[in-house]
Amino acid sequence: MTLAQKRTPTTSTRKPVNSKLMQRLDDIVSPLIALIILLAIWQVLASIPGLTTLPTPVRVVQETWMPLIAYPFYNNGGTDKGLFWQVMSSLQRVAIGYSLAAIVGISLGIVVGMNQRVAKSLDPIFQILRTVPPLAWVPIALAALQQNQPSAIFVIFITALWPILINTAVGVRQIPADYNNVAQVLQLPKSEYFFKILFPAALPYIFTGLRISIGLAWLAIIAAEIVMSGIVGIGFFIWNAYQNNQVSEIILALVYIGLVGWLLDKMMERLQMLILPSGQR
Amino acid sequence: MAMTTAIQNLQAADSSANQTPFLVVDRVSKVYPTKDGSYTVLKDVNLTVHQGEFICVIGHSGCGKSTLLNMVSGFSHPTEGEVRLQGKPIIKPGPDRMVVFQGYALLPWLSVFENVYLGVNSVYPEKSKAEKTRIVKEHLAMVGLADSMEKKPPQISGGMKQRVAIARALAIRPEVLILDEPFGALDAITKEELQEELLKIWNDHRCTVLMITHDIDEALFLADRLVMMTNGPAADIGEVLDIPFRRPRDRARIMEAPEYYKLRNYALDFLYNRFAHDDTE
Ligand SMILES: Nc1ncnc2c1ncn2[C@@H]1O[C@H](COP(=O)(O)OP(=O)(O)OP(=O)(O)O)[C@@H](O)[C@H]1O
Ligand SMILES: [Mg+2]
Repeated sequence: MTLAQKRTPTTSTRKPVNSKLMQRLDDIVSPLIALIILLAIWQVLASIPGLTTLPTPVRVVQETWMPLIAYPFYNNGGTDKGLFWQVMSSLQRVAIGYSLAAIVGISLGIVVGMNQRVAKSLDPIFQILRTVPPLAWVPIALAALQQNQPSAIFVIFITALWPILINTAVGVRQIPADYNNVAQVLQLPKSEYFFKILFPAALPYIFTGLRISIGLAWLAIIAAEIVMSGIVGIGFFIWNAYQNNQVSEIILALVYIGLVGWLLDKMMERLQMLILPSGQR
Repeated sequence: MAMTTAIQNLQAADSSANQTPFLVVDRVSKVYPTKDGSYTVLKDVNLTVHQGEFICVIGHSGCGKSTLLNMVSGFSHPTEGEVRLQGKPIIKPGPDRMVVFQGYALLPWLSVFENVYLGVNSVYPEKSKAEKTRIVKEHLAMVGLADSMEKKPPQISGGMKQRVAIARALAIRPEVLILDEPFGALDAITKEELQEELLKIWNDHRCTVLMITHDIDEALFLADRLVMMTNGPAADIGEVLDIPFRRPRDRARIMEAPEYYKLRNYALDFLYNRFAHDDTE
């Protein structure tokens, strides 16, 4: 790095690329080092006799290697499936519930945002329902829908709905007066106003809502599945492991959950970057 | 063109004259209700504007210039009196009185072309797509933006944004063009360029122009008449100054004329001695 900086004229055009690469490398290396340190601390603490019954990271890997880590795709029928299938089942529920929440949340949010009166009357209700934790919806969902699968989807839906709805409504309400004035003076038809002004203006807010919600939806599915016995899914997998006192499996599942949640967020971020014009992020 | 203020005031008062004047501000007052009582911004304002005239409005900040023009554009309504365009009272905004907004008000998610097209498409829905495209391109070329049509507003400079706003306004062929301090935020050179472009376009289009400015030189270069407002509250039109320079105007030539400094000093005296602002700006 220092060398490259000293050879000024010839390398001056290359330097930014170089330093960018270094930065990229640094972005990966630093967290990796932190991770190794944390694992080492865990290893040491868990090795001290009498301190905890949690397994060390090394033992977690040893105990779960066969078949969970080595064969994520195995399928013995029933709920005895590899972690890939467990995660996929959970993701499927999230996809359905989340899509429903997005459709309902965005449409309802636009209606609420455009109508002061509706907004005033519904806002307190939204604000209260929003704070109900996902787990609290589970018994209601089960009571109302009887079956596990639709109940799980409902819990996802109801958890993911509020941030999307509330943010969309705020986005619509925050449309700059200038844009509305342009629409008024040009006497834009309703549909033109919707697609050329309202929707794009609210889009950054909609994305904020969508991004908050994808995280919540993933949280909710774990919670919902833990309570719902006998289904394939990473949440019930954890519960099952707990019942059988397989702590290493629980820890492994947690790693999966964290990674998937992180990936989901990254995916939304990518989508946001892709769709939102640069001036609006 | 060189009519005296007295005669125009007479015409405004005597509307039974054989021809209806083009744009009339008829005994207009504007009162805003505020927390501590009502606040009278404008009181008994009268103004008659002829078709094709270029009017500049000058006055201290907060005296009510925007308020006055907003009642012509239809975004705000007189508390008393009325504003009439060709005999018809103005009740709401419409494309016959197009506005160039103070902050450009371009839609950042649409390209330069699309921003202008939006207006043309809304005002001339019966025209063919090719015809509308031709109109848009013609007007963008007129303001020197033929090469930047595909750019988005965040990618272009302030001067270019103002050009787009002007092209958008003119492309729909308004009867009245309303500009609220259009060049206030631009550097001196860009400002002069745009003033000249605006004059040239106005020469071709012959629409009626109402423009707010803080710059006396700008007003003297552009306007047929300069409307000078007294200070608020309860502001009024103090005096209307005829600007007799022959058109097409040449900036250097005008500034050599002895009348130029007489007019300039007269306006300055009005603003800084007779109606000096209480607090320094
Ligand atoms: N909606 C409103 N409610 C109350 N008062 C208002 C409102 N709009 C404007 N005013 C007041 O009316 C006065 C005139 O405002 P206006 O915007 O017309 O001034 P202006 O001459 O355009 O000033 P500037 O040169 O700074 O743009 C100001 O004192 C302002 O505070
Ligand atoms: Mg103003």
